[in-house]
This record gives sequence, structure tokens and C-alpha cells, in this order.
Amino acid sequence: MSDTQKTSANGTIDLQAEFAATGISEVLETLDRELIGLVPVKKRIREIAALLLIDRERKRLGLAVNAPTLHMSFTGNPGTGKTTVALRMAQILYKMGYVREGHLVSVTRDDLVGQYIGHTAPKTKEVLKRAMGGVLFIDEAYYLYKPDNERDYGQEAIEILLQVMENQRDDLVVILAGYADRMDRFFSSNPGFRSRIAHHIDFPDYGDNELLEIAGKMLELQNYQLDGPAREAMAEYVSKRRTQPHFANARSIRNALDRIRLRQANRIFESSQGPINVDELSLIRESDVRASRVFTEQGELK
Amino acid sequence: MMTNHGNRVTQGQFSFLPDLTDNQITAQIKYALKNDWAVSVEYTDDPHPRNTYWEMFGNPMFDLKDPAGILMEINNCRKAFPNHYIRVTAFDSSYGWEAPRMSYIVNRPKNEPGFRLNRMEGAGRTITYTVSSYATDKPEGERY
Repeated sequence: MSDTQKTSANGTIDLQAEFAATGISEVLETLDRELIGLVPVKKRIREIAALLLIDRERKRLGLAVNAPTLHMSFTGNPGTGKTTVALRMAQILYKMGYVREGHLVSVTRDDLVGQYIGHTAPKTKEVLKRAMGGVLFIDEAYYLYKPDNERDYGQEAIEILLQVMENQRDDLVVILAGYADRMDRFFSSNPGFRSRIAHHIDFPDYGDNELLEIAGKMLELQNYQLDGPAREAMAEYVSKRRTQPHFANARSIRNALDRIRLRQANRIFESSQGPINVDELSLIRESDVRASRVFTEQGELK
Repeated sequence: MMTNHGNRVTQGQFSFLPDLTDNQITAQIKYALKNDWAVSVEYTDDPHPRNTYWEMFGNPMFDLKDPAGILMEINNCRKAFPNHYIRVTAFDSSYGWEAPRMSYIVNRPKNEPGFRLNRMEGAGRTITYTVSSYATDKPEGERY
């Protein structure tokens, strides 16, 4: 479709048709379907999508358009899906036509900061160059800044990052992620960072129902099923696990599921006599869940 | 040299054309990246056509997806050596090639003085010819 076809004679545009044509709705729907909970995150992504769409139309009609800053910071407790969303973000921004290539370069402090003087700048630049046209994801970004060591080379990496984030906004999107309290400290000691990041998105903890849903989804992907009593046991597990130390939302659930699979495998192995069928191999029973230490003792978890 | 107006050094691709704009350079780099060639930036101030090995400006860039990173490096090099020759080379590492597949100049000195023709009289009445750049009369780093 050419521009003239889309723009009617009186200079109006059909936003819904535009929206459908970009394929963004599809991306957002997958996001809704595959990620459970995370309401504020999804809301912000929708807003960004809307802005990009409107910007594109404004440009077509000859209005002034400023490329929006899309650097983001994801904060939240462990296991709330920060990394998962970041991985999706590259794809979303690509579909929206904001980044050119849509690849994601995921780095941590090790990849940016060098070991000796003069080592950091080339290393950081190398990473930035690789990320151009896509998304640079810095996990546990607060490690970049170590306040107790003023000679730490992390500061140098931060300065280069800031410079590129400012000057080459069109070329890459930087996403920082980390635990909320530490990121707050990181931002307060690097005010330049805070102001250059337009989107501070906070990932809320999951509710019990959401965690149960996540468990179901994870098992589904691995071709396992919970039977009725096992599902109830799982729901109980989730609420019990939450009160215990080192609770890490979806990550705890994933680990629990891994252990449940171990127990299931062991049960089948020890009790099997003769041939077993597909159903038996993929069914998780109540006893597999109930055997967890969460039900028996307080604290001391694997 | 009557055929080379302005004494422009002509080596590598596109050297008979007007200087490439940044957009054109980007398009060329995109082509190289599409073919999985490693792009590198090199500079020199010795324009002799047999001067094959130029100085590398940083390492060759592997695993890049987008030309913006390379253009950034080209601009850094231009800033550091505004009056040198700078070229972009794309190296194909695949088996059977293992050679540069593209090479073009992206920056030249403002004033290129051109080449002198030297004649050397040999035994009998033979004369051997060679060229040398007027610029290379001066030491390295002070040529342009």
C-alpha cells in the first residue's frame, strides 16, 4: 500500500487499519497470552506501542516528530520476569520499527568492564557496536558502579554508555535490569543515568493464582500435566513457599517444578513393572508434590 | 596526470566516483554485513598504490548486525586522522576466499599532490620508470 492510498483526500488516517497492518497487535496479544500477570509492564508496552504508531502517522502528515527515548530500566524482586520481558522487548521494538535489526545483546558487568587501565573503553565500545540496531540488555546493572572503590573501572563504562545512549538514541535501546533497592541506590549515585532513562518499569510480585498459572504453563511447555489432587497440592505449595525465606517468585516455582520432575521420574522408575504409556510419563501425582520439604519442615530449602 | 583530474588517488572500489556520503557508506557496510564479512577500518598517509598494509584503526569488527557501529568507528577515525586516507575493508573468512571482498576509501586528505614520475637510466640506453608521491617527501605524520 502506498502512502497516498492510506492517506485520504482530506489528510486523515485510519489508525485501526494502520495498527492492524503493522502486526503490533499480534505481538501484544502473544505477550498477553504468554506472560502471566505483569499488568503495569504490559500497560507501559501498550503505551509505547501507541506512541510509536502515532509518531509514525504524525510524520506521514508532516508534523514535527521527535524520536522518543526508549531506554528502560526494569526493577523488581527476583523472579518477576525482568529478563524474560527484556528478551521480548527487542522483538516488540523491531515489529514496531523502532530498532532496525531487533537482536538482543545481553551483557553483565564482566562484558563491559575491563581488568586494567585502558581495557574498559574498547570493551564497552565493542559491546555497544554489537548492540547497534538492536537492544542492549544490561542485567544486574548496579554492579557497574562500586561506590566503595573509587578506582573501579565501572565508572568509565558508565560514562561511555551514557554518551552513546544520549548521542545515538536512534541506533540502540538500552535496558537496565536489577533488583529494586539496589537499582535505586545505583540511580541515586548516577543521576545522569536516571534522567536519560525515560521508562522506569517496576515489576510487581506475582499473586498466588498467577504463580499457579505460571506453573501450569511451564509444565505444559514441557509436556507434563498435574492431576487434580496434585494441582491442589501445588496451590498449597505456592502459598506455603511464599512465607519461607529466599522466595524468588517464578524462579522458585521453576526450581520446585524441576524437583517435582525428579521425584516423578524416580517414582516411575522404582514402581514401574512392564511397559508404561505416555500418560504415565507425563502425569505428575499428588505424592510428587507433597514430598517437598516445604510441607514438612520450616525453612532449610534446597 | 591528465586522466585523473585533481590527482585523486584511485584505489579500491568507487574511487573514480565522487566521495561517498555517509548514507552510501552505510549501505555498502550493510551489504558486507549481510554477507557475514568482518568489516575493519584502516588508515595511512602513504598513498603509494603498492602500499597494501595500512594501519588498523581498532580491531576488525565481528558479530555486528547493524552498520551504525562501524560508521561510529569511521567517524572516530576521521576525528583522529582528519587528513589521512581512511578505508573500509570487508574480510570474507569463508573457506576458499579468506580474503578482503570489499575495500573503499572513505576519507582523503584535503589536498592530494599526486605522483612524480621518476626515470632511472640503466645499462645501455634502458630506462626504468617508477612513481613516487610528492607527499612522501616529508616524514610520516607530516605529509598532509
